[in-house]
Amino acid sequence: MSAPSTVAGAQVPAPPRFRVRRWWPVVALVLLAVVPYTTLPVPGVLPGGLNSPGSLQLLALCLLFAGFAVTYDLLFGHTGLLSFGHALYVAAGSYTANVAVTKLHWGWGPALAAAAGVGLLLPAVLGAVALRVNGIAFAMVTLAFAQVGSILVMSAHLTGGEEGLSLANVPALFAGVANTVNLYWLALAYLAVVVVLVRWAVESEPGRVWRAIGDNERRVTVLGLSPYRFRLLAYVLSAFLATAGGVVHLLLLGGSTPQITTSAFTVGLLVMTVLGGAGTRWGALLGGVLYTYLDQRLSALAGSGTVAGLPAPLRLPLSQPEFILGALFVVVVYFLPGGIAGLSRYRRRA
Amino acid sequence: MTDLLRVEDLHVRIGSSHILQGVSFAVPGSGVTALLGRNGAGKTTTLRAILGLVPRTGTVVFDGAELTRRRPYETVQLGLGYAPEDRGVFAGLTVAENLRLAERDREPRYDLVYELFPELRTRAKQPAGTLSGGQQQMVAIGRTLLNDNRMLLVDEPTKGLAPKIVTEVADVLERAAATVPILLVEQNLALVRRLTDRAVLIAEGRVAHTGALSDDPDRLQTLLGVGRA
Amino acid sequence: MSTLVLLTMTGLGLGALYFLIASGLSLIFGLADVLNFAHGLFLGVGAYATWWAGRHLPFPLAVAVGVLVGVVFAVAVELVLIRPLYARPIQQVLVTVGLSAAGVALLQAAWGADPRPFAKPGWAAATTRVLGAVVPNDRFVLIGAAIAVFAGLLLFLRRTRYGLIVRAGVEDRAMVTALGIDVRKAFTLVFAIGGAAAAAAGALAGMYFGSITPGLGGSLLIFAFIVVVIGGMGSVTGCALAAVLVGLVQQFANYYAAAGVGEASVVLLLAVVLLVRPGGLTGRTA
Repeated sequence: MSAPSTVAGAQVPAPPRFRVRRWWPVVALVLLAVVPYTTLPVPGVLPGGLNSPGSLQLLALCLLFAGFAVTYDLLFGHTGLLSFGHALYVAAGSYTANVAVTKLHWGWGPALAAAAGVGLLLPAVLGAVALRVNGIAFAMVTLAFAQVGSILVMSAHLTGGEEGLSLANVPALFAGVANTVNLYWLALAYLAVVVVLVRWAVESEPGRVWRAIGDNERRVTVLGLSPYRFRLLAYVLSAFLATAGGVVHLLLLGGSTPQITTSAFTVGLLVMTVLGGAGTRWGALLGGVLYTYLDQRLSALAGSGTVAGLPAPLRLPLSQPEFILGALFVVVVYFLPGGIAGLSRYRRRA
Repeated sequence: MTDLLRVEDLHVRIGSSHILQGVSFAVPGSGVTALLGRNGAGKTTTLRAILGLVPRTGTVVFDGAELTRRRPYETVQLGLGYAPEDRGVFAGLTVAENLRLAERDREPRYDLVYELFPELRTRAKQPAGTLSGGQQQMVAIGRTLLNDNRMLLVDEPTKGLAPKIVTEVADVLERAAATVPILLVEQNLALVRRLTDRAVLIAEGRVAHTGALSDDPDRLQTLLGVGRA
Repeated sequence: MSTLVLLTMTGLGLGALYFLIASGLSLIFGLADVLNFAHGLFLGVGAYATWWAGRHLPFPLAVAVGVLVGVVFAVAVELVLIRPLYARPIQQVLVTVGLSAAGVALLQAAWGADPRPFAKPGWAAATTRVLGAVVPNDRFVLIGAAIAVFAGLLLFLRRTRYGLIVRAGVEDRAMVTALGIDVRKAFTLVFAIGGAAAAAAGALAGMYFGSITPGLGGSLLIFAFIVVVIGGMGSVTGCALAAVLVGLVQQFANYYAAAGVGEASVVLLLAVVLLVRPGGLTGRTA
């Protein structure tokens, strides 16, 4: 079986850094942080004014999923590991904390510790097995593991089965509509931490090896390094960050839903990453924001009168956000192999 | 004598490495032409590029037909037989199945193949993966002789074989060369000298020398980096 | 005893369903290196085509229509979407992922997310007594169909020229082309075979579960993937063995332990096989 091929765009050297370019992420972060203080009306783009709870909830979701996509890209884009089981770790974070607080009546301290423990142990054990195979077989095995997690969550009484589990004890800081702004900041902080950690990891010594593994596994082996151990390291780090995001997801939604355990959830992350440009600096982040925004807004659009009034051949596909996103994805894979990040590169070159 | 195969300015890039950097040479329509060079010089890549098994640019003309826009199977159907370096035998298929897969002509020349390699008939039902290296090489060469090919590309046929088998393979190549021209990649210089005096030398992705092996023995030794054979 | 027989027959029926999906998946992967996430969609297309035809035609004819639609759809997917991307396996997987999402959504747009009741012919709804157990006939239909497909595939692989090309191509695709064979024709052929078997699985799954949903293929596909990995990718015999094993383990564990344990045991089985034999139970075709 062939080793996973390098994702388009992964080998392109980083563009020269200008001073402005170096600082714009910080500027963007500051701008995003002060969003809740602005009352700018954005009709059509967001459900309400920029700082309305509805808009902040949507923006927080976009930021959180951008964070998930960045953790996924650490595997897919930077290490060349095509995992179909990332949802498992998001679910592990959400459900572990939720069950500990809601069912076992623990405090938030122990609940977070439990989630952190699961977030390290679970990927270490499962990764150790799954990484024995490469490429497509790895994809299948991770898919299978996640599927068990999904089935267990959906059938177990403790996790609320197919109904999901509402969070009983929401910390005061995040409770109520008025505190949506705090959830927004939490999601922003999560994204910032994930971006910094992944950036740091990718540029560190192991990060270089990850990239080399994605490019050419044999070369790494020749250097006397074990691709297995480095892959496991990337796998555990990525899974741990996803688990942390799962806890944020729990707070943002006020509960755990079985949807976050499904393979469709992982496929969503994969689509975000490829849409934005796998293995690039900001691709996964942009893809995550764009996909989540489209997913949410298309669902709203699908239920609106505009679509209902269309003739059937147009109405039927447009009533399904999944169809639009799936088709968009196929188009991107074909015509924009570098994703959105690749687009800006074409323009600069032209 | 007109050239049957002409290679001009052949380039192969794989990833960031530029493996062939403008290789040009010609192969006449009879006898053996040796393709020589050190390990990693690009001999195997040259054969693979002629067939289109690696992405290439440049010109390859076989008997008047331009090959670079053809797919490998179309090139082979023009009458180019290929016995690759690792022999390319299908381990899970029996010897008979390996030969049957290679059949292209209406009347495959099993009589010739079985005459040259009687062992292939007795081992017809044996999975090719259980054969010895020498026997696998017989399957690989047998496949090229089954059809009425107009040229054979043979890559290191004696690699890793016992001396007795090497002689056997050389005998077969000599016999085959009487009817079909061969472009031969081979490290065993003594064997090459027995078969031909005509060689193309490749060094670092370029042609370093074309002509007779006996022209300039010292330069040859330097280019090949081997002791006197 | 009768429980044991019923569980065995039901497990074998489930295994038969898995085999029908996994055999095509395994051949497509083995030969063309394509992990076909759209295989569940092939199943869905076959199931809905059979359901649609079943309103006008008797069941066996409706299944034939479903299989035909599945073949046409699979071949179209291979020619239009997959073929331009050969030698780029990751892109191919991504395209099948996107196609699967879009296609399932389209099925849902056309026929709704709710289960569509699937009319079962009278003879399939009846039961037969086997060693004291009352076994529904649909189990026999599933097992019979899987055995027929298995035998047909073995004959194809061992007795025909294209079968020979497929077996050789699973080992070394490039060498097959270097023998002057257009291996891409064989790719289209395995997609056609896979599409036919998956569509048949869709029709039979509809009969077995009594209803169909757009997502039916997706949930079965995951177990088919497991079967493919356990059986060794590209091996039809391994696939059959693994399908039987997975179906039986799942059925027995779910009955004797608790719901969900069956699925967990199957994945445990997968982990054990990977640890002991990373290449799966077998490493070759047929």
